[in-house]
Amino acid sequence: MTTAADPPSAEGFRLGQLINDTRYRSYTFQAIALLALIFGFSWLAYNASQNEQLQANGFSYDFLFAPAGYDINQQPIPYTSQDTHLRATVIGAINTIIVAFLACVTATIFGVIAGVLRLSNNWIISKLMAIYVEMFRNIPVLIWIIIIFTVAANTFPPISEFRIPRDGSDPERTLLFGMFAATNQGVFVPRLVFEGLGWLVAVTFLASIAGVFGWRAHARNKLYSEGTVVPVLWPSLAILFVPTIVVYFVLGMPVSLESPEMGRFRFEGGFLLRPSLIALWFALSIYTGAFIAENVRAGILAISKGQTEAAAALGLRPGRIMSLVVLPQALRVIIPPLISQYLNITKNTSLAIAVGYMDLTGTLGGITLNQTGRALECILLLMLFYLTFSLAISAIMNVYNNSVKLKER
Amino acid sequence: MSDAPAHSVAFVRKTEIPAKAPPVAETGVLKWIKENLFSGPFNTIMTILGLLVIYYLLSGLIPWIVNGTWEGADIRECREILQGSGGGCFAVISDRWPQLLFGFQYPDYLRWRPTLAFLLLFLAVPPALFVMFLPRWTLIATAIYPFVAYWLIWGGTILAPLMSAVALIGGYMVFKTVEKGGFVKGLAAGIVSAFLILWIGGFISTAGANVLALEPVESRAMGGFMLNMILGTVCVSLSIPLGILLALGRQSKLPIVKGFCVVFIEFIRGVPLITLLFVANVVLAYFLPPQANFDLIIRVIIMITMFSAAYIAEVIRGGLAALPKGQYEAADSLGLDYPQAMRLIILPQALKISIPGIVNVAVGLFKDTTLVSVISMFDLVGMIRGPILSSTDWVGVYWELWAAACILFFIVCYGISQYSQWLERQLRTDHR
Repeated sequence: MTTAADPPSAEGFRLGQLINDTRYRSYTFQAIALLALIFGFSWLAYNASQNEQLQANGFSYDFLFAPAGYDINQQPIPYTSQDTHLRATVIGAINTIIVAFLACVTATIFGVIAGVLRLSNNWIISKLMAIYVEMFRNIPVLIWIIIIFTVAANTFPPISEFRIPRDGSDPERTLLFGMFAATNQGVFVPRLVFEGLGWLVAVTFLASIAGVFGWRAHARNKLYSEGTVVPVLWPSLAILFVPTIVVYFVLGMPVSLESPEMGRFRFEGGFLLRPSLIALWFALSIYTGAFIAENVRAGILAISKGQTEAAAALGLRPGRIMSLVVLPQALRVIIPPLISQYLNITKNTSLAIAVGYMDLTGTLGGITLNQTGRALECILLLMLFYLTFSLAISAIMNVYNNSVKLKER
Repeated sequence: MSDAPAHSVAFVRKTEIPAKAPPVAETGVLKWIKENLFSGPFNTIMTILGLLVIYYLLSGLIPWIVNGTWEGADIRECREILQGSGGGCFAVISDRWPQLLFGFQYPDYLRWRPTLAFLLLFLAVPPALFVMFLPRWTLIATAIYPFVAYWLIWGGTILAPLMSAVALIGGYMVFKTVEKGGFVKGLAAGIVSAFLILWIGGFISTAGANVLALEPVESRAMGGFMLNMILGTVCVSLSIPLGILLALGRQSKLPIVKGFCVVFIEFIRGVPLITLLFVANVVLAYFLPPQANFDLIIRVIIMITMFSAAYIAEVIRGGLAALPKGQYEAADSLGLDYPQAMRLIILPQALKISIPGIVNVAVGLFKDTTLVSVISMFDLVGMIRGPILSSTDWVGVYWELWAAACILFFIVCYGISQYSQWLERQLRTDHR
């Protein structure tokens, strides 16, 4: 038998071992790396300390509590130009979240539809979808945002065409379904108005959604443990709608839909989606939708044909093959890239600044930065927000990903 | 076996009946149409919807293109020529084409230089892209190209890029000689000697500022699609080596190196490129020596390179993770040390797996170069939004300009992604 390791050297430690002995070499490298890092950062810090502009301004976040003095056109929470920069920043953050959320939802819808249709047997449809995907994937999203903004701001009719003329004749244009009006100022849509106990209706509806999931879990448990088939579709629909409708009428119809009405000069009531929001929302969803379509297609193609055939041999109907065999497996392939697409959407909302949508980059990184001149502080805060937001999304989505992941030993 | 009496059968066919042509509906175009377009009620509806969409798109697009005019000096002349026929005013493109390509500050009489550099790109890039089909010596063209392109686009004496090339070659040769005593020593010696040559070369090129000098052009003058191309190619080529280093660092067993790489990669991937461009625009100058005057394009290149390096590092990490553990163990059992194992066994395989991913990052990066228009650089998007659309000559001519921008980007990005798919098929070594 030979010994597995060399006997420890009797001479003790020599300096040369720091380079030539693999046991110590990693420490040497680490020390060098650490020194290089410290040197690099202190070089940056030294340069910053020598910078005249920084020396004059100092580093402080006091400006956040000074009055902002600028207006924000989309205010999810009340705001006037007398409010602080901090409040403007918060509004910007909320606006970022609004458009990111909307775009994630619609991008998923576009992507799933386009991805499935691209696999369709119908030649025309699959080619149309291929054109859609290639066209949007290969042109920068900034260009799409600007193009859609141009469409929304220049080709929609002016509000004046909806105005009722003095002589009482019909206006040039009327509202679509009496609710929607696309103008060059933005698109007017109806708004939900909650009066009194109206919020109870919304709460009931949310609870019903949870109830539907509960019922489905119950049905599955029954099926797996006792083998009895519990109906799902009709009870689900009943759980979803009946309580809400009952509460709605019991409380005396406290929720109503407020359509925009043409006043003397402008629309009153309703909700205005500005061209900047529309451009950002629509461009991000249609652009990212093209990427999601490719992920969905790859996910479905990744499921081998044998799976479908095996399910068919077991006697499953095509709809069930899709929902029980193919989709659960395809989801595993689709979800990880989907997460990174959601992250991309969130990061791309910062392009809002190109069309004047007041998101975080527009308020904190735009006007606040230019007014106060505190570039370093503003950009640090901006990066911190996006970083937190991205990490939060990927954390949430990873939890979901782990729950659908293949459970291996 | 039996010879049945001939009269018991009235007729016996001696020859085979020639095959009948299949029913018309079961062959050729008709069958294809039936199967692919009208195989069921749902499919029929989809086909009709699809045809409607195509009709709607074409009925808008074709008159616009066919009736369009390419002549006219401004929007008014254009409108006179068009007479309300609904055609496009493509005259804006023929009028402003040089601006779209080179920006509005690049001297007119020097435009042949970037054009030549662009044409040379077609000589320099194929050896790298089709490395398996072309002889290896053609890679020399790729290696020389960056220096030639710098000289052509920025101008100045040829000594500056020449000295950089000499420094690189010198460093490499020193590395090769010292490497036998160990990779790390070789690398250190190579880097030191490269910097030494660069330092000496700096004096030489300052002294010989007129040797083969082209008229210098400032970085500020770069613009148009040229700026997108410069940023795209420079940042991608710089970020690939950086990305490899970051990926290896992230896999490393040394906690400090690994920690730094993880923080760097996750930080960069967590923030939008636009904030990094803001950093390049306003903040980066704080952290650089006051006397060193980095111009905006260099600062932007630094930030975009860091950005894409983080993404490329993640792609390569995927490639490294995809290699079976046996490959690492095999390298160890052959007695190779870390640099040898990486260079000879791990990286060639890992990079091969990662190439399609790297190309995707490159396409994304090229598209993202349009973001520099936000920090008031005049790339293609910046040119259109700024000087062209705000000029009184062409106010309100959106579609023609944006269509031109879309086509330029589409050609490049679609080309690269097709290459990536082709390469993926070439590199597939399994049998399907």
